[in-house]
Amino acid sequence: MMTLFWIAAGFAALLAAGWVMRFAGQMATGNKPAFRDMSLAVAFGYVLGVAVIVFAVWYYFQPAVTEQGMAVAGVLFFRWAVQGFAIFAIVAWIFRFFGRMVGSAGTKKLFRQMPLTAAFGLLVILIYAVLAIFAGAIAPYGQAEVFDQVNALPGGNAATGGNPAHLLGTDQIGRDLLSRLIYGAQNTVGIAFATTCLAFFLGGTFGFLAAVAQGWFDQILSRSVDVLMAIPSLIFALLLMTIASAWAGSEKWLLTIYMVLIIAVIDSTRVFRLARAVGMNIVVMDYIEAAKLRGEGLPYLIFREILPNAMAPLLAEFGLRFCFVFLTIASLSFLGVGIQPPLADWGTMVRDLAQFINFAAFSPLTAALPLMAAGAIALLTVAVNFVVDWMLQRSSGLKE
Amino acid sequence: MNSVLKIILQRLALGLLTLFIVSIVIFTAVNMLPGDFAEAILGQGATPEAVASIRRDLGLDQHPIVRYFDWLSGALRGDLGNSFAQANFASFVGDDSGVRVSVAQQIAPRFANTMFLAGVTAAIAVPFAVMLGILAALYRNSVFDKVANISTLTSISSPEFFLAYVLILFLAVLNPVLPSLSNIYEGMGFGERLQKTMLPALTLTLVVTAHMMRMTRAAIINLLASPYIEMARLKGIKPMRVIIKHALPNALAPIINVVALNLAYLITGVVVVEVVFVYPGIGQLFVDSVKIRDIPVVQACCLIFAAAYILLNLTADILSILSNPRLRHPK
Repeated sequence: MMTLFWIAAGFAALLAAGWVMRFAGQMATGNKPAFRDMSLAVAFGYVLGVAVIVFAVWYYFQPAVTEQGMAVAGVLFFRWAVQGFAIFAIVAWIFRFFGRMVGSAGTKKLFRQMPLTAAFGLLVILIYAVLAIFAGAIAPYGQAEVFDQVNALPGGNAATGGNPAHLLGTDQIGRDLLSRLIYGAQNTVGIAFATTCLAFFLGGTFGFLAAVAQGWFDQILSRSVDVLMAIPSLIFALLLMTIASAWAGSEKWLLTIYMVLIIAVIDSTRVFRLARAVGMNIVVMDYIEAAKLRGEGLPYLIFREILPNAMAPLLAEFGLRFCFVFLTIASLSFLGVGIQPPLADWGTMVRDLAQFINFAAFSPLTAALPLMAAGAIALLTVAVNFVVDWMLQRSSGLKE
Repeated sequence: MNSVLKIILQRLALGLLTLFIVSIVIFTAVNMLPGDFAEAILGQGATPEAVASIRRDLGLDQHPIVRYFDWLSGALRGDLGNSFAQANFASFVGDDSGVRVSVAQQIAPRFANTMFLAGVTAAIAVPFAVMLGILAALYRNSVFDKVANISTLTSISSPEFFLAYVLILFLAVLNPVLPSLSNIYEGMGFGERLQKTMLPALTLTLVVTAHMMRMTRAAIINLLASPYIEMARLKGIKPMRVIIKHALPNALAPIINVVALNLAYLITGVVVVEVVFVYPGIGQLFVDSVKIRDIPVVQACCLIFAAAYILLNLTADILSILSNPRLRHPK
């Protein structure tokens, strides 16, 4: 109740400050339109923004360690967040700057028009790709390598229960967490990428086939896709995973394969819809008619005539679909029915490390472990979304 | 008016047909399980008599089509069969103390809990998202618009459990204002219940807000170029009033549509969030049943989720027809 009161009081104070600010502005500038026509809500918005920034700066410079030597977790987390954000912003800016300097005229132009968010997205995707491809060379240990010391705390300080050999500590059976985090890029992202490709191959092929063939073939496919799409995808995936786990039995790696197939089929329904809709528009074009009259076969029509012309919308959809697939796989793993051990995977890591979050007050770095794994997932999807958002905006150009 | 009724009835019939086919899909999928339920339940202690007894009891000796219609007619009457959890079958291996729990008994209270969670989320998320969308449209291309855009895009692309743990970290562990475990039980006061539901509801709010907000903004901005808005502006009406009085009513159809679609999305999001917060809802029951392969419960939950999903999509469809005169009077 007290909290609510203070929130209301703060709101009223900010509103008053906003009014005063507007009034002072009107007086000082001799009623310039910028202040004369400013509504109270806008003034409030400005004051609120300033208040938030002032509070953030004040909080950032609070002492991070109490006099007794205990870490103040809130301040620490806030500093990490601000520093991480700043570093990423700066690196993304440098990346964009670099992109404007080198490369061909086309890529230079591309980078010149690029907003910072898209540059950030591209950079993150590049980093993930490098991590995923060279995980074996970058990670200090193997993903399933078990060490003697279990539950070593992160930080690498032996005095506080850490181990200099394991920067992020070890998990409950003694595997190096840093290595598992890096291998997670390979497994989680790799499997999601393969699944998306499979979904696109299935959905795209059948979508174009339906667009070309039409008639009963199209009807049957479209109606069955309608039915499959009427079941929420995560629920359907969970149902099928139940069955798959019975089929796989004790062969855990088989379950991962089944998961890829199941999610690919479920997601290919969405791709099918798009591919069919785009294909329908292309099929009526004259050059398709010409190709048909030339006597070209179905594969030629689909891969040489339709596909190149449907590339742009499909590519944007690929980014979004990848996010969905990636999040679905992470969710399934988090729920314990996705990627199976001994493969390192971010969703499973979050689930295994989740209880450490309650130790935030004593050991902030330990509490950050589950957030690192979950954040690794979030960072990639955010990055892909930023890039796709930019691509869509470039191709459509939103009104006004 | 008659044609509207006709369209709605058509959509309803289509929805029912979809649900019927979906139930067939679910049933077929479950029947693709290898081996026999009876053996799976009994495991090591399977004697031929016990297996035969369970098979008879579950009606497994009948033809799949007969079983399907048994299941469907039962589901229509609210009887979803009995749970397969081990304890229920203790009677078959000699120990006669086992009490049967029917699936309906298991699901009913949890279904109410989930509905409560979804209701609280909708009550927070819908006004919040629409308001944000209107403000973003009003101050488009300003700093506020960009910040709102980026932060909602970030929240929608993060996995639910990431948002959930960040909220737990800041609102439950570092600043203990809200409980991180939602242990809800029957006979709890409304206030306490609301407090325990708050964190899951906030997480879901973050997940669904982005889409609704972006749609509201886009729908309103799309209209701002039209002549009648120009007219209203030239009359000297304040920008806020132009949007609320003139643009919003015409933008309602896409907004209502996206709200209903996002409520449908809540159905899926609820599963992960309930697991994170140990919220005793239907999503958690579903995941638990998936893990122990409790087929009747999985089947029933799946059917309920699908029904809710279809119903909400149908509502979106019908509402968008009702709010659009051009669709209401088709040529």
